[in-house]
Amino acid sequence: MSPVVRLLAQRISLGLLLLFFVSVLIFAGTIILPGDVAQAILGQSATPEALANLRRDMGLNDPPLQRYLAWLGGVVQGDLGTSLTSGQDIASTMGSRLENTLFLAFWAALISVPLAIFLGLLAVRFRDRWPDKLISGVTLASISVPEFLIAYVVMFFLGVQFRWLNPTAVGFRPDADVLTKLDAIALPVLVLTLVILAHMMRMTRAAILNVMQSAYIETAELKGLTMFKIIWRHAFPNSIAPVVNVVMLNLAYLVVGVVVIEVVFVYPGMGQYLVDHVSKRDVPVVQACGLVFAAVYIGLNLVADIVSILTNPRLRHPK
Amino acid sequence: MKDYLDYLKVSATMGRISRREFMGRAAAVGVTAAAASTMLADAVHAAGPQKGGIMRLGLQGGSTTDSLDPALATNQVALMAIRLWGESLTELGDDGSIQGKVAESFSASADAKTWTFKIREGITFSNGKPVTAEDVVATIERHSDDEAKSGALGLLRDITNVRADGDSVVVELNSANADLPYLLADYHLAIQPGGGKDAPDAAIGTGPYIVKEAEMGVRIVAEKNPDYWGDTGHAAEIELLVINDNTARVAALQSGQVDMIDRVPPRTAGLVERAPNVTVHKTSGPGHYVFIMHCDTAPFADNDVRMALKYGINREEMVDKILHGYGSVGNDTPINASYPLYTEFEQREYDPDKAAFHMKKSGYEGSILLRTSDNSFPGAPDAAALFQQSCAGAGINVEIKREPNDGYWSEVWNAQPFCTSYWGGRPTQDQMFTTAYLSTADWNDTRFHNEKFDQLLLAARAELDTAKRKQMYADMGMLVRNEGGLICPMFNDFLDATTDRVAGWETGVAGFALMNSYAPLRMWVAA
Repeated sequence: MSPVVRLLAQRISLGLLLLFFVSVLIFAGTIILPGDVAQAILGQSATPEALANLRRDMGLNDPPLQRYLAWLGGVVQGDLGTSLTSGQDIASTMGSRLENTLFLAFWAALISVPLAIFLGLLAVRFRDRWPDKLISGVTLASISVPEFLIAYVVMFFLGVQFRWLNPTAVGFRPDADVLTKLDAIALPVLVLTLVILAHMMRMTRAAILNVMQSAYIETAELKGLTMFKIIWRHAFPNSIAPVVNVVMLNLAYLVVGVVVIEVVFVYPGMGQYLVDHVSKRDVPVVQACGLVFAAVYIGLNLVADIVSILTNPRLRHPK
Repeated sequence: MKDYLDYLKVSATMGRISRREFMGRAAAVGVTAAAASTMLADAVHAAGPQKGGIMRLGLQGGSTTDSLDPALATNQVALMAIRLWGESLTELGDDGSIQGKVAESFSASADAKTWTFKIREGITFSNGKPVTAEDVVATIERHSDDEAKSGALGLLRDITNVRADGDSVVVELNSANADLPYLLADYHLAIQPGGGKDAPDAAIGTGPYIVKEAEMGVRIVAEKNPDYWGDTGHAAEIELLVINDNTARVAALQSGQVDMIDRVPPRTAGLVERAPNVTVHKTSGPGHYVFIMHCDTAPFADNDVRMALKYGINREEMVDKILHGYGSVGNDTPINASYPLYTEFEQREYDPDKAAFHMKKSGYEGSILLRTSDNSFPGAPDAAALFQQSCAGAGINVEIKREPNDGYWSEVWNAQPFCTSYWGGRPTQDQMFTTAYLSTADWNDTRFHNEKFDQLLLAARAELDTAKRKQMYADMGMLVRNEGGLICPMFNDFLDATTDRVAGWETGVAGFALMNSYAPLRMWVAA
């Protein structure tokens, strides 16, 4: 078996084990939280009879361990169950939400990843001169401001004052054409780009600068190559591994960490879906969301590991 | 000049000139902005409702976990959805009186124990089937039987028997209740075919709209029911959008993404109104913010401690700083002028001397622990801090404990002896008192056990003589005010806002926010 395949198998099985622990943790967490789903649904209008009726119907009177095992049994067979609150099938409702989140993440990534790497290269090319300082300054400033504040600021200026873009994503419909959808999500994409740009840009810059100290770069310089060509052809390929790591971390953030942005811009993604169900103590849905988020995180990290191995000949052909 | 203004009004009404242009030209001939605005509103109103168009609402409170089943509705979005597709037996009139809806008329027996509701003739559900007395009986049964999970269960507990009698429904009660028609106006009790027993969330009713798309927590779209029997429902399509974030909701309104929003934050209402295309509507209602003490738990078991704290709160300051003027001062009863049969009492003022006197008389010297959270009412922690300051002026030491939002309603409210909370109010005094001040009430969140009060409440319910009833409610209000565990510093106004794309807002409609949630049905798309 080639080392890459063995590594893949190892990582995937470890990932599955991790997912199992994650599900136990989430379940325990939702049990510890005060109140239960029956109380959360009925809210202030809960009377003891209504509460008792609802609890019995939802099977909340079974011991927690029994409920967890029943859920686990379903998941192993690919059945995520139904929501306690709305009675809808979790797989299909969550599926459409996940699709929306991935749509937003895709466009944010499509813009921010190439932009971050290009700005990183540019910063190295003009190291310590004004373009470098300007890029660093702007991106650091945008990562330092809390994302909801950036969101409100762009919403106020671009959405309300100048009316260039839609202030909220309420016009987003999954069945609309791509242009309408893009029109609706322009502001969230902009904010997400601002938030994740700095991290990736700084890492690209640092990784390349690290390589730039090497002797072979000096050789390339002495050969008379242009600065940009040296960076692109010689320095960048050798700094891919750390850059990919950071890119993957940020992509994971785009899927699992955009709760605030989704809520602020009223975007029907996983974030709002999860928040609603946590506050209603809808355990099966929270479990399912937790699993998806954990899987995305573990999966992207797996990709990062594999890419850094494949791009490094020393790891690709171990002695 | 009058002719010129009339000409302008007509132009603006017909949409030939914009609102902004109208305001500008009116100003040019010396009319103030406020007067011009009223003038235009009147003109638009006089022109009558226009049919057609899409009306969009940005509302707070919706959640992915909602259901279209009216029994499970708990928030503004779910309520508004029911208003679109469904109707109850009765409804609250603009002046707070009760009138028939699905029921054409109703009458009570002399002892107010048996009520007869005559079903309106010739109306149909949106699936084409005629509404029968059996449907109504089944609906009431579904919300009141032992298996019910309905939010209206508490209201209907007294019903012993419901039966159809030709085209009428007869409801028999365990004890007399002169307010039964008010109870049946509750939004949970929308009449459904077969009572909704087979398909509770089918959203089929007698309302002016038909739900055609429902994505819970995101949007609900409904189109006009062409066969609707009544005269409301002017827009061809209504879209309810869930926008829980305050800033986003206001931004969506200002930019025209939505035409109407609820819950404008009081803090920014003044700024929102400055936008040329937006009008903020203020409606006083029965909703109030409260500090509640358990009358059976030390130190609050001593009425002197309770009186000390009632004198130790500065109500004017609260209305000023917490409600930013959008509200009115409370008087330690849950009842205000928005209720029928209201009697005004002498206003209790902030009086540090009296507060200190009562505290001294009680002999209690420790500090008072007050629990609060952000979601107990908007600005509750700030209100708690103001209370702490005003009490300090009387030498009373109040300690504030900030509780998490999550779990506040299950762990703190109705569980801890002293905390901040809110009440949305009820349509009648009887309902408000029965819900929270009767000794046996589930939500007796002040642990108020007063025999005289309980007797008065039951007697008033059976009393069909209005003058006598009014006096009984006044006596009950006085008991709560002087002996109860309720500190009610303020009644909050409902703050809604509309853009000038829609017209037909009416001020002073009794009930709850957005013209008792009838705004989308009674307003129309003007531009």
